[in-house]
Amino acid sequence: MAEAVLHVFRGDASGGKLEEYKVPLEEGMVVLDAIHHIQGHQAPDLAVRWNCKAAKCGSCSAEVNGKPKLMCKTRMDALPAGQPIVVQPMKTFPIVKDLVTDVKWNYEVNKKIPPFTPRQNAEWRWKQEDIDRVQEFRKCIECFLCQDVCHVLRSHGRTDAFSGPRFLVRVASLEMHPMDSLNRTKFLKDSAGIGLCNITKCCTEVCPEDITITDNAIIPLKERVVDDHYDPLRKLFRLVTGSKES
Amino acid sequence: MTERFESHDVDVLVIGAGGAGLRAAIEASAQGARVGVVCKSLLGKAHTVMAEGGVAAALAHVDPSDSWKVHFKDTMLGGKMLNNWRMAQLHAQEAPDRVRELEHWGAVFDRTQDGRILQRNFGGHSSPRLAHVGDRTGLEMIRTLQDHGVHQGLEVFMECTVTRLLTEGGRVVGAFAYWRETGRFVTFRAKAVVLATGGIGKAYKITSNSWEYTGDGHALALGAGAELIDMEFFQFHPTGMVWPPGVMGLLVTEAVRGEGGLLRNSKGERFMERYDPKRMELSTRDMVARAIYTEVKEGRGSPHGGAFLDISHKPAEVVKKKLPSMYHQFMEFANIDITKGPMEVGPTGHYVMGGVRVDADSGAATVPGLFAAGESSGGMHGANRLGGNSLSDLLVFGRRAGAGAAAYAAKAPAHAPLDAAQVASAEREMLEPFERASGPDPYSIHRKLQDSMQALVGIFRTEEDLAKGIAAVTALRKEARSMRVEGSRAFNPGWHLAHDLKNMLQISESLARCALQRKESRGAHARLDYPNPDPQFGKVNSVVTLDGDEIRVSQSPLPQMPDELRSLFEPEPAGVKS
Repeated sequence: MAEAVLHVFRGDASGGKLEEYKVPLEEGMVVLDAIHHIQGHQAPDLAVRWNCKAAKCGSCSAEVNGKPKLMCKTRMDALPAGQPIVVQPMKTFPIVKDLVTDVKWNYEVNKKIPPFTPRQNAEWRWKQEDIDRVQEFRKCIECFLCQDVCHVLRSHGRTDAFSGPRFLVRVASLEMHPMDSLNRTKFLKDSAGIGLCNITKCCTEVCPEDITITDNAIIPLKERVVDDHYDPLRKLFRLVTGSKES
Repeated sequence: MTERFESHDVDVLVIGAGGAGLRAAIEASAQGARVGVVCKSLLGKAHTVMAEGGVAAALAHVDPSDSWKVHFKDTMLGGKMLNNWRMAQLHAQEAPDRVRELEHWGAVFDRTQDGRILQRNFGGHSSPRLAHVGDRTGLEMIRTLQDHGVHQGLEVFMECTVTRLLTEGGRVVGAFAYWRETGRFVTFRAKAVVLATGGIGKAYKITSNSWEYTGDGHALALGAGAELIDMEFFQFHPTGMVWPPGVMGLLVTEAVRGEGGLLRNSKGERFMERYDPKRMELSTRDMVARAIYTEVKEGRGSPHGGAFLDISHKPAEVVKKKLPSMYHQFMEFANIDITKGPMEVGPTGHYVMGGVRVDADSGAATVPGLFAAGESSGGMHGANRLGGNSLSDLLVFGRRAGAGAAAYAAKAPAHAPLDAAQVASAEREMLEPFERASGPDPYSIHRKLQDSMQALVGIFRTEEDLAKGIAAVTALRKEARSMRVEGSRAFNPGWHLAHDLKNMLQISESLARCALQRKESRGAHARLDYPNPDPQFGKVNSVVTLDGDEIRVSQSPLPQMPDELRSLFEPEPAGVKS
């Protein structure tokens, strides 16, 4: 039976290294199958997160041959044959153990987003085309691969100032909901740090749900922020009238 | 003694953060209780996220003649009248409000032409009844509940596993748990505990369920002295993927059939004609699963041992819009374009109808201070669950259990010190596997359990197979007592499995023993040696209790429904359409 060779990161915050494992190849096998095989036969304490194994829960995020991927969705036969497959934890988040990282920061960011606030006394009717865009954003499975790849977080470590693409997508899903009544541009500008995104679209490229993060979510939000906070005419209007819109 | 561990005090402790757990937590919190939610995975990853087809509720948006009474009737008939009638009634009556409430919390369901929540057909439902979001309804629900709960200030203990409930004078007063990340122990003092831990699918080799589905809530309940009912009723979803091997069992949503998908065998026959000519592909899950199994067994299966499920006669855009994740799932995992050709599908272990015996109105288990909701509770679905009734179940009874627990907690005595002996024993149990110099590893025992359950406690059952199955599982239970775990306590999946496995073994044995004593065929429980329903068995629930370490199975009379509901099932005068 054909074999695959994997180099899997083993270690924790104090350090670690790539360990080599060999697993028998099966037709249609994905990287997570190989990791489970290692766990079940060679390294019972190999730490990995997973749940659905169907690309619906976003738990098994890792870096396969250096690329942010869901392991359950990465076919072994799509990787270069005859070369070891390198599996490492997401780089942007602090390591816990082996392939498991500490992603709690994401949950803290989520708490700060002004929640869905429906209009009062309005009828809950809308057309399908009015929500197609919102439904695109709501496909997000919170795998955090977009957070992992985003250079603002990955290279510059700006978790203090930038919410990351995942939560800009969440804000977009609220802002574009036909019943929502809040304006979140001040939050986007001051707390979510939307200005730090310089539209390199890396997040869109890695999204396993094919959400057009940059074009459909982030850029329209940037436009709203500009309209509300940097438009000179509106600024003048605010100065003259003393209004405090958003 | 308990001061050795991190400890938290709450009014209501909810174990499990799927739909039922989150809905319970939201309700208990809204009633003023201080709520803690403990879950084995990260928040938002629970099994609800995998639910696809929709949530059943008689909103009557697509078929104006639909009503709670019709939904109630469909549910009872689908469950072969073994359902707890009161649960089925509350469920049908309250599901529409629970769905509308979700919408008000931000869920974005697909729309009808006139802008209301769209509903689709599903097996056993006599009207299009399932509110849905393409084929990712569960994700929509869990994210809505998650975000609503987070903004309500729920305290969530993620990646934390409860291993034992702690009692005082017969009341549940707390729980012992460990953090998955560090392996450190933690205790909770709670005035009420809600179990919302899902099912037991991981006991089977071919299953749509994730690693979390290990019968935890059932085992915790038994350990605390509570009763389980009807554990023999385990649903095999008719359509799981059968190829490639790595994704065998992965769910193929019933929405494929709801949207018009056709089942055929290798001869091209629409074989459902032979099994349920009236409802065909939209028959109930127990019927369709057995039909596919039979076709394969009699030599009319697809190349990889399943049936063909075809939706390619529908326009490609419609398939991609209404079944997007199925489209991607088959494209990416099996190199099959479902807009162009058929899928291969076969039965996959999916859902346990049985569970913790609860009071219909409050979710209270048979032990004071303990509540249960969702898949971990029993009664609502009888002998067979209709598709879509699970997502509505967890909303209706999650809310009710949360309210029941909050009301109980408000009157319960103040927190008292936990019983040191119980805590010490729970700690000992978790540490023992590290201390053994040798012994079997949990993964190999788990594989053996899955093989035995799949082969001997499967879709069709016989006395001989069940007896063998029970013998195999009891032998594995014995073997598991000497399990050895390698490595440290820090995020150690082998150690985690060693504990979950004990739950799986205990609940698998419960399932097999219930199956052995029910000498009839009803719903999901099909006995080749007793192929027909027996009216006497139709009057009883199977009951599981724990006696020391022994599993005891008995029977108790099925609650009788009042006449005004019973009259719904009487034949109508000729010429009147139901």
